[in-house]
Amino acid sequence: MFLLLPFDSLIVNLLGISITVLFTLLLVFIIVPAIFGVSFGIRKVYMKTLLKIFQWATLRIERGAKEKNHPLYKPYVNGIIAKEPTSLEEEIKEIRRSGSGKALDAPEFELSDIFYFCRKGIETIMDDEVTKRFSAEELESWNLLSRTNYNFHYISLRLTVLWGLGVLIRYCFLLPLRIALAFTGISLLVTGTTVVGYLPNGRCKEFLSKHVHLMCYRICVRALTAIITYHDRENRPRNGGICVANHTSPIDVIILASDGYYAMVGQVHGGLMGVIQRAMVKACPHVWFERSEVKDRHLVAKRLTEHVQDKSKLPILIFPEGTCINNTSVMMFKKGSFETGATVYPVAIKYDPQFGDAFFNSSKYGMVTYLLRMMTSWAIVCSVWYLPPMTRQPEEDAVQFANRVKSAIARQGGLVDLLWDGGLKREKVKDTFKEEQQKLYSKMIVGNHEDRSRS
Amino acid sequence: SVSHSQITRLYSRFTSLDKGENGTLSREDFQRIPELAINPLGDRIINAFFSEGEDQVNFRGFMRTLAHFRPIEDNEKSKDQNGPEPLNSRSNKLHFAFRLYDLDKDDKISRDELLQVLRMMVGVNISDEQLGSIADRTIQEADQDGDCAISFAEFVKVLEKVDVEQKMSIRFLH
Repeated sequence: MFLLLPFDSLIVNLLGISITVLFTLLLVFIIVPAIFGVSFGIRKVYMKTLLKIFQWATLRIERGAKEKNHPLYKPYVNGIIAKEPTSLEEEIKEIRRSGSGKALDAPEFELSDIFYFCRKGIETIMDDEVTKRFSAEELESWNLLSRTNYNFHYISLRLTVLWGLGVLIRYCFLLPLRIALAFTGISLLVTGTTVVGYLPNGRCKEFLSKHVHLMCYRICVRALTAIITYHDRENRPRNGGICVANHTSPIDVIILASDGYYAMVGQVHGGLMGVIQRAMVKACPHVWFERSEVKDRHLVAKRLTEHVQDKSKLPILIFPEGTCINNTSVMMFKKGSFETGATVYPVAIKYDPQFGDAFFNSSKYGMVTYLLRMMTSWAIVCSVWYLPPMTRQPEEDAVQFANRVKSAIARQGGLVDLLWDGGLKREKVKDTFKEEQQKLYSKMIVGNHEDRSRS
Repeated sequence: SVSHSQITRLYSRFTSLDKGENGTLSREDFQRIPELAINPLGDRIINAFFSEGEDQVNFRGFMRTLAHFRPIEDNEKSKDQNGPEPLNSRSNKLHFAFRLYDLDKDDKISRDELLQVLRMMVGVNISDEQLGSIADRTIQEADQDGDCAISFAEFVKVLEKVDVEQKMSIRFLH
């Protein structure tokens, strides 16, 4: 035991020195630039290096698979079966046409009609448009994370070593660094906004509040090693407007708020989130709803409208999908934010899943697990497009306006534009859709003029 | 037969539907697919996967049912004259559709069964009388042995000109 003592103090000293050095580096290279909004470009270099390594890894895997003559599993994003985009009417007419030579303008029932429903049903069992949006997107080439590995059998020694090195770097160097940054960012946010809250209302308070928020979001961006490319920044949201974006993860908020000033909308949470929310609202007005108030659509609309009508308040940031989708598509926008009459500033966010998948699968992971997964990925790389502002035209209603905005966002982000409700992640589909199908089919067998009342 | 990559892909699909992660699918797992839930015959199609009295289907059963929908061209490559008839033959495809109508599995489509299936397909949009007369006409046209029901042979005869191969086949993209 006596022999260990001098070594003990040596180790403790070394530890102390390395921690001090680490924190100084942290401060100089990450926190101070974050406060002033400058960047050394370290993250971009990191990203380029990673890309080269991934390309090499992919070649290696393909070569290995060819040598062993095993087929490589390649995920296909565009679906696995051939589906024809024809309507119910067209399909059934075609089936009937092939069955008999006679003219088919008269509506009637044929036994062969069932083929349509049968095949459509089996097609959706093999591959449907909706359920795959609620799980992480499959990658085309491996990114050296075991969580995305589908070809586990075909790894060479060099690749395994590289993967091991990756694990070491990610868990022993990047993770503590990121946790330290996140901790710094969040505590600065809470203390900063609380302090600003004590100031009297006025220009000074607004200015300080905006910058405290911005600074802390920038630090959080670095805590995730998020490499963001902003496009068309001249279209950034202005006061009195509503900013809508597609939703993939809670990180979306950090990404947008580190490039602009927003008022947040959301449900009041307990725990750490609650502390942050209460502190934020001291510095400037955000819109937080109690759980009971969320159900009351009129109350929600009223508060949103009140906020946007006050031009001194910051633009609201809202995610009309209502839930996180896996960033391959945009699902139905809830019409609440489109009824207020304010200018809508659409924003499209597209993540590059190769460096780290940002999708928050709330049915699979809790918040803490999710954040840990984010912080042990390589990086979060995304592109943000600010689209030109849109307003509701006189001839369209809120739903049509919402769909128009949704299509614009989907087009810009290269995402599939779906009419399905994101709520289908947890809830059953409404019966009205089945009733629509039944109505369409009824027209085909009795036409439009017949008596349709049920006796 | 089915290629290795197609099986892998379908297995991947099977596991993603298997929310309970116990290697089998229940009826609820199928009903969670929105596009299937809005199909008027969704429940009948789901039923086709489950054997009598069973309420779980494993991957083998899943593949077996889906095998009915392989394109017939695939059989040209593996001509097995002495083996059992492949699941995706024209006859077996027709049998699959027949079983969607035949609710009590007695190899006959009775007037009552036809009415029930029609009611599923049209919802509330057609009156009982009209539906009844549609069912009567259909049975009359198909029935040849005078038992006021449609047997499988009669079913096949009615549909002899329909391009079953194309309409009841699903092609893989790769």
